[in-house]
Amino acid sequence: MLKKISFTVNGKALSLEIDIRESLLEVLRTRLGFTGVKKGCGVGECGACTVLIDGTPIDSCIYLAVWAEGKSITTIEGVASKDGELSKVQQAFVEEGAIQCGFCTPGLVLTTTALAESGKEYTREELKRELSGHFCRCTGYNNILKAAEKSLKPEEHQCACGHHGEK
Amino acid sequence: MAFSVVGKSVQRVDAVAKVTGKAKYTDDFYERDMLVGKILRSPYAHAKVKKIDVSKAKALPGVEAVLTYWDVPHLKFATAGHPYALDPSHRDKEDRFILTDKARFVGDAVAAVVATDELIAQQALQLIEVEYEVLEALTTPEKALGEGAPLIHEDCERNILAARGYHIGDVEASFAESDYVIEGEYETSIVQHCHLENHISYARQDSDGRIIIVSSTQIPHITRRIVAQALGLPWGRVRVLKPYIGGGFGNKQDVCVEPLNAAMTLAVGGRPVKLELSREECMIDTRTRHAFKFKMKTGVSKAGKLKGIQIEAISNTGAYASHGHSIAMSAGTKFRPLYAFESIKYDPVTVYTNLPAAGAMRGYGVPQIQFALESHIEDIVNKLGFDPIEFRRRNLAGVGYVDPLSKNKVYSNGLAECITKGKELIRWEEKQAGYSRQSGDRRRGLGLACFAYASGTHPVGLELSGARIVLNQDGSVQLQIGATEIGQGSDTVFAQMAAEVLGLPMDMVHVISTQDTDITPFDTGAYASRQTYIAGMAVKKAALEVKEKILNFVWGMTDIPAEMLDLKEQNVVYKHSGEVVLPLAEVAMHTYYDTVFAQPITSDTSNNARVNAMSFGVTFAEVEIDLKTGKIEVKEIFNVHDSGKIINPKLAEGQVHGGVSMGIGYALSEQMLFDEETGKPLNNNLLDYKLPTIMDTPDIGVAFVETEEPSGAFGVKSLGEPPAISPAPAIRNAVLAATGVKFNRLPMNPQRVFEKFKQAGLI
Ligand code: FES
Ligand code: FES
Repeated sequence: MLKKISFTVNGKALSLEIDIRESLLEVLRTRLGFTGVKKGCGVGECGACTVLIDGTPIDSCIYLAVWAEGKSITTIEGVASKDGELSKVQQAFVEEGAIQCGFCTPGLVLTTTALAESGKEYTREELKRELSGHFCRCTGYNNILKAAEKSLKPEEHQCACGHHGEK
Repeated sequence: MAFSVVGKSVQRVDAVAKVTGKAKYTDDFYERDMLVGKILRSPYAHAKVKKIDVSKAKALPGVEAVLTYWDVPHLKFATAGHPYALDPSHRDKEDRFILTDKARFVGDAVAAVVATDELIAQQALQLIEVEYEVLEALTTPEKALGEGAPLIHEDCERNILAARGYHIGDVEASFAESDYVIEGEYETSIVQHCHLENHISYARQDSDGRIIIVSSTQIPHITRRIVAQALGLPWGRVRVLKPYIGGGFGNKQDVCVEPLNAAMTLAVGGRPVKLELSREECMIDTRTRHAFKFKMKTGVSKAGKLKGIQIEAISNTGAYASHGHSIAMSAGTKFRPLYAFESIKYDPVTVYTNLPAAGAMRGYGVPQIQFALESHIEDIVNKLGFDPIEFRRRNLAGVGYVDPLSKNKVYSNGLAECITKGKELIRWEEKQAGYSRQSGDRRRGLGLACFAYASGTHPVGLELSGARIVLNQDGSVQLQIGATEIGQGSDTVFAQMAAEVLGLPMDMVHVISTQDTDITPFDTGAYASRQTYIAGMAVKKAALEVKEKILNFVWGMTDIPAEMLDLKEQNVVYKHSGEVVLPLAEVAMHTYYDTVFAQPITSDTSNNARVNAMSFGVTFAEVEIDLKTGKIEVKEIFNVHDSGKIINPKLAEGQVHGGVSMGIGYALSEQMLFDEETGKPLNNNLLDYKLPTIMDTPDIGVAFVETEEPSGAFGVKSLGEPPAISPAPAIRNAVLAATGVKFNRLPMNPQRVFEKFKQAGLI
């Protein structure tokens, strides 16, 4: 069965007809071309497909596309500024060597972005817990944690708009 | 020697592409009207396909093709990602068809469908009717070797794939001369790579009928050859492209999906077909790491000298050969430069069983044997009352060791310094004193384990690697390599090497990351920790050739002899003073547009290496054990490596982090479980297979002892695989120190630990 949904992706309002059985992951990747959304398991185990739905990190592979009606979605493609300037979180991942094969990276950057934008402070252990829904087989997580800590450093977190790479 | 780019932690060349989601992986290339391929898998571990009826599946609207064993070429092929051997006796075991008429593990591919979408493909699979003759499931090597066991492959008696070992010296004589002879048995588990991107490829035919395959592979050139062999095509009729890939760890050093994918596109007139494995499929129908059982027997003198060692090994290769025979040999080979044994007797048996096929995984047999050997050494040390660090140090083979079988000579060995450094970092002495008398439910202990590893496969395999450099009009260069970036950072270190030789900044070296077998220089791919060492030399040679051509061209332009010139900071300069002669960009323009002398500058070079450098290292671990729950926590862990010169410290550290994390998983939680009777997989998903999360991973300490390896470009040696080798035995030895309990079997998960503590009367 087809259904028309309207939602916002990376700030752009969209309306399209989808098969009600489709996951948000499928719609984002194959219908809309947001291939930065990765699929590592398809069943909510790995975190690679994470997107922000109204600011909350969600595994898009187990989120039906119909549920996205009226929601605002951010994929990795929407994190850097239009002119290509990396966000503070992205910059931290690059600088801390938190990227190897890169397959887990979009999901981790988005979850970290949500944490940074929450304005909350996290202890190291809390931060680990928040990131524990993401598998990474390459990095042993050490540099990912460093990147997340750097992204959340309070002195770099004054601007309310949060993400466009204020340094 | 002072370098300007080599040895610096420059940013990865692909970092921005990956952090912005722009990096394209196999599934990110979209072809219009792409069809979907799906595989019908056997529910039985061992069964003959007596009859298949595909008529109902074929009749389902949307189904474009259904394939069975009877629809594909009957050409047996080998899947292991090794260079082709001209000598037939050196080839891998050919024991596969594209689809089988005999299932050899639960999940073996007996049929396949191609349909317009995934749901239809899935429905079609359910409409295929298969009649099986079920055979006894041989789920362990013991069963497979047993009297009267059915044969998994008709041509392999007793289900033995290979049983080639060796003797060095006379172990019996060494034992007779030893003051002590100590024995031990050790066992490792089946684990899986769990790269985050599952195996995936898509295939189509181009307008000339050639088969084009885009695949997540570590070995594009080998994949081309194997697909052609499996289909009986001339090799040039196949073209393989490798885009960014989401991790491999050896599992993509095997040809798993591409031959079937090629058969699928041929069955539908060349239309594009995608073949993507789900996580559950990927965990059973790609490769796993071989489980080994070892019996070790070692002679030791009173003075604490290792004399002779006898090793019996049984390796479980599962349903198909893949790398099996070669992994047992690698295990028996790579430890030799570590300790100075007078004599070694190595007897491995690689056995087929009705479990998923095992293949290459980070360390290639060495994590297994080092778990056994370093546990065994610790048991010897304990029994005889030696100091574990001094005992190891005293027995190191050191620089100058010449392997009696391979004839490889060790030119650099920083292991003694690595041990010293690791001991300091973990504050061994200070902590050791505090842990001598412990009581209570929480115990702490320290342990270490060493390893040796090779850089590539010489002299067993061909070590050929190509690099091509083109000087552009603006003075930048393109660098093409056949070696594959799989996340480890090879593109970046190759760019650093080229930049170093050519006096360029990193952003003037454009690495072509995608390999395309039509275009890319020949290279056998990412495995055996070979690329920085083998392909690095090819890059250096290519860059030196370009440099020579540039300087000669300038000689023609200026009449200044080439030997007086050098390249620095994008200029051609006087060697003696550094004074600028010409900007490189100006020279480059002349190479393209000088109406008389124009001749664009390129080089296309190969390195056929007949050297192999040994790398070394050690893990020091501190653990805390909760006796009540059986939980082992790694409090501190340090890996110290001698990998020669480190080209990019940040990337190198990342390799160690990842390897150690994998080693911790191997030690404490990971194992693939199967029903003993039926061979059914019990945990082939990421929930039940206990992969370490960020919460399970401690801070990982990394240090390097940089030796100068004369055979490697800029002094490099291997680094990719080594970090995964020694964490498990180091943790095991730390647990032994803390509790007095020997864990001779991996993993040391809470359940097993708890049971063992109960047996030992600790709780
Ligand atoms: S792909 Fe969605 S959680 Fe793994
Ligand atoms: S970088 Fe490869 S999975 Fe995280």
